[in-house]
Amino acid sequence: MPQLLDTDLQGAVEDAAAHLYVWSLKDIPQDLRDALKDAAGRETSVPGQRVLSTILKNVDVADSERNLVCQDTGIAVYTCRVGEHFPLHPARIYEALRDGTARATLEHPLRSNAVHTITRENTGPNVGHRLPIVHWEFVQDWDGLDVKCVPKGSGSENMSFLKMCVPADGVKGIKQFVLESIVGAGGKPCPPGIVGVGIGGSADYAMYLAKEAIARPIGTRNSDPIVAQLEDELYGLLNETGIGPMGLGGDVTVLNCHIEHADTHMTLNPVAVNYQCWAARRATAHIAADGTTDFDREA
Amino acid sequence: MATHEVTFPITDPAEILKLRAGDEVVVQGHIIGIRDRTQIRIFDQGIEPPMDLTGAFLLHTAPGVRKLDDGKYEKVCIGTTTSARMVRFTEPLGAQYGVRAICGKGGFPDEAIEPMRTHGMVYFAIVGGAAALETTQIEEIEEVAWEELMPECLWKFRVKDFGPLTVGIDAHGNSLYHDVQTAATKKLEELYARL
Repeated sequence: MPQLLDTDLQGAVEDAAAHLYVWSLKDIPQDLRDALKDAAGRETSVPGQRVLSTILKNVDVADSERNLVCQDTGIAVYTCRVGEHFPLHPARIYEALRDGTARATLEHPLRSNAVHTITRENTGPNVGHRLPIVHWEFVQDWDGLDVKCVPKGSGSENMSFLKMCVPADGVKGIKQFVLESIVGAGGKPCPPGIVGVGIGGSADYAMYLAKEAIARPIGTRNSDPIVAQLEDELYGLLNETGIGPMGLGGDVTVLNCHIEHADTHMTLNPVAVNYQCWAARRATAHIAADGTTDFDREA
Repeated sequence: MATHEVTFPITDPAEILKLRAGDEVVVQGHIIGIRDRTQIRIFDQGIEPPMDLTGAFLLHTAPGVRKLDDGKYEKVCIGTTTSARMVRFTEPLGAQYGVRAICGKGGFPDEAIEPMRTHGMVYFAIVGGAAALETTQIEEIEEVAWEELMPECLWKFRVKDFGPLTVGIDAHGNSLYHDVQTAATKKLEELYARL
């Protein structure tokens, strides 16, 4: 088998990132479209119905005008699953994702949101120090690469919450914290969206797990039945709060609740909440070792 | 809940007083885009805005645009940001500049209720994230000031059938956000008891 030059493969990953960023912003996944239609069908409040019918109209306009669903192009967040035999080092994968993000921003053009966190000066085309954000997972006995792009808007990211519950707070403490967080967030994170919850691990890991949870297809369930049961329960409870679409009151406060968990220290009981707005954008590229790329809106 | 069509900037304050929390509104005329840094410059740095804000409709936005060769800006994608960060500017916008409407997403906390009642202002809730639709309702970017704050400049847009908006806070002391939060806080107690 001829050895593929790293630069070619790096170019393929860069092309994939550039395409994913714009595509995810314009063409939302089918499960999200279905969930929004379903929400519009069961909402009974007048302002809530007004909001949901406007959302559905907006998705249609984005399709017909080939425009972005939401103007907030977010911070580009990628999750990479790297096969141990994928012939491009993660250092180069990162470079390709950064270059692809910048290229898409300049070529489209997309609004550039990246600023220095103290000076607030713009740092470039949606790239900067440690931007984009990339999470890594490594897979044995595989030579492929999956890149999932989840542009994260600030309105929902600002509604992120962490509590270091103690073991004596139990699962009840977790449930209370999720409920009070979503009621406190009100209309600010653009409900109805996906509530991502991370439990266990450590403070930083719980928040990472919450982020992973919001990137799942809507309504999927954790493979651990105890956690899946908690997802169902919280989903039901959250929709009883009455916050409603855009916080104007109503039946549909969230499209779903996803939970990711990790085992933890006997003395820890961390719970993190990360909100994903109704425009829950995501898109994935499956890249083979020879650079062949399949794009996938539903993963 | 009534439906209204209002043209901005308004000249008759009665136009605002007839709007009630929960009503649906569609807006015509001209609206002004403003955001965090724009208002920090006006109020914290004391620099006079180079646009007349009397009777104005302000939109919390930082548009995605393309600069053309003649120096004008063309819309790419224009949407609306979270308002709550900017609530402290409500009082001076009404008192010093005669602004009549502020439009954003996610609502204002209760501290906006009194200034809006005192100065005859309303808060309009737009659907956050619905930028593709919003962009089609903006006919033209007519003026841009403070370009160095890009994209947080002062923008003047001409709009057609802008909405539908919901009156979130009216000029009579009513706030949908207050009502929803009060009910949800009470509901939480009931939910906690069931856990």
